[in-house]
Amino acid sequence: METTQILETIRMIEEEKLDIRTITMGISLLDCIDSDGAKARTKIYDKITRQAEKLVRTGEAISDEFGIPIIHKRISVTPISLIAGASQDENYTAFAQTLDKAAKTTGVNFVGGFSALVQKGYTSGDRRLIRSIPEALAVTDFVCSSVNVGSTRSGINMDAVKQMGGIVKETAERTRDQQGLGCAKLVIFANAVEDNPFMAGAFHGVGEEDCVLNVGVSGPGVVKRALEKVKGQPFDVVSETIKKIAFKITRMGQLVGHEASTRLGVPFGIVDLSLAPTPAVGDSVAHILEEMGLESVGTHGTTAALALLNDAVKKGGVMACSHVGGLSGAFIPVSEDAGMIHAVERGALNLEKLEAMTAVCSVGLDMIAIPGDTPAETISAMIADEAAIGVINNKTTAVRVIPAPGKMVGDTVEFGGLLGYAPVMDVNRNASTDFIARGGRIPAPIHSFKN
Amino acid sequence: MKAILTVIGKDRVGIIAGVSGKLAELHVNILDVSQTIMNGYFTMMMILDLSEAGDSFGEMKKLLADKGNELGVQIKIQREEIFTSMHSL
Repeated sequence: METTQILETIRMIEEEKLDIRTITMGISLLDCIDSDGAKARTKIYDKITRQAEKLVRTGEAISDEFGIPIIHKRISVTPISLIAGASQDENYTAFAQTLDKAAKTTGVNFVGGFSALVQKGYTSGDRRLIRSIPEALAVTDFVCSSVNVGSTRSGINMDAVKQMGGIVKETAERTRDQQGLGCAKLVIFANAVEDNPFMAGAFHGVGEEDCVLNVGVSGPGVVKRALEKVKGQPFDVVSETIKKIAFKITRMGQLVGHEASTRLGVPFGIVDLSLAPTPAVGDSVAHILEEMGLESVGTHGTTAALALLNDAVKKGGVMACSHVGGLSGAFIPVSEDAGMIHAVERGALNLEKLEAMTAVCSVGLDMIAIPGDTPAETISAMIADEAAIGVINNKTTAVRVIPAPGKMVGDTVEFGGLLGYAPVMDVNRNASTDFIARGGRIPAPIHSFKN
Repeated sequence: MKAILTVIGKDRVGIIAGVSGKLAELHVNILDVSQTIMNGYFTMMMILDLSEAGDSFGEMKKLLADKGNELGVQIKIQREEIFTSMHSL
């Protein structure tokens, strides 16, 4: 072991904020289905608290022994629409409350899976779940919800897109006293993945095994610092530098995931190769892009810079771990990234550029505060645009916007903690009402003749 | 179980004596030592064998950190795998 290597690892953790962002235990609830809703909820609570009993304690012990922070310990479950669908309940809020209670008992900070997959159409369970989302997110603390409205194979369910615009608005309204915080726990996806460890969009897919452990790594600060050493050099060098550092970051994820799965006796699923920012100084994805030579994130060149970053992270990370999965790529949430917040405040970054960036990176329009009076149809149209980018380009895209009640462009919304704060961004004021009113389905795209 | 101990701080008399004395007290065997002065800071790394140690990892970590406070240096102990997995295939 070389002294310099030991010091490099220590510096990455202590100064450059390298961390394991999350270890997320995926738990299948398919064996909790019951025609009696109350019985199903008892089974759900019992199964989650049994499987995840030692999750938090084990995460803390590993963090202590290896000296690397593990920021979140979380749980994802089978989409509740599939589980609750067998019951006679009309409102699924009680299921969300059960998840919330299980989260509090196990000590995790989020449980994801109050979800419905309606990319092609609704079941009655999906309908009831989606209708319950605003209330469920208002009365729980740790439950996250997601709805998949489109996929490359089935097209875009525009009825769901239309409905979700209204659900986002209602969720914001129901959590008005917290500036619409409920919307920070609600993601609308296209091409949602089944093994994503990151919130708010995590759920445990039906193709997964009974219980599995997925890991999400992070470390934008480490990448930024590495790029500082290759100032002015060609992109070949930039790409190589990112690949090497991504390899090292991902090795940490592999190590921690393997160790945690052994100790918990749960199979190790995947490592999500990601650069997830936090609002802390030195933990910003935007600053990596700026380090490549952009005056501010959002200016011309940003999409190319992000594309290179995203691709190099994957290339570096793939060989560092046994299985890659989840969303794998750079996240670009506005409120959770000091560089993005700053770019919005100085007028360099707008919603249109963010949308372009989502075509080449990990997810989508993420943690963006918009004026509280934005019409539901406009939010639906944003969802439709993002879904179209995902469906056509064979990638996951998502929308997590917060129409902050009573706030206007220029105001700031404060969420606190890792959710950070967001300047309210301007949206296009021209109506999309008639477009959204059509409903129906946008057909699946053709997969040949690509141009 | 092997671990890596790092000691960083302002140089003074008795750091190595203090650290190694504490390790002996904890029944920890020192397998390798490397020490230098980097940018004016005392920097020492040790590879340790914890197989004979009676205390839990957490307790040792705390006792060593306390010793560090007493000596005016920062003492960290981490399992070896974090370094080997990052830097070697």
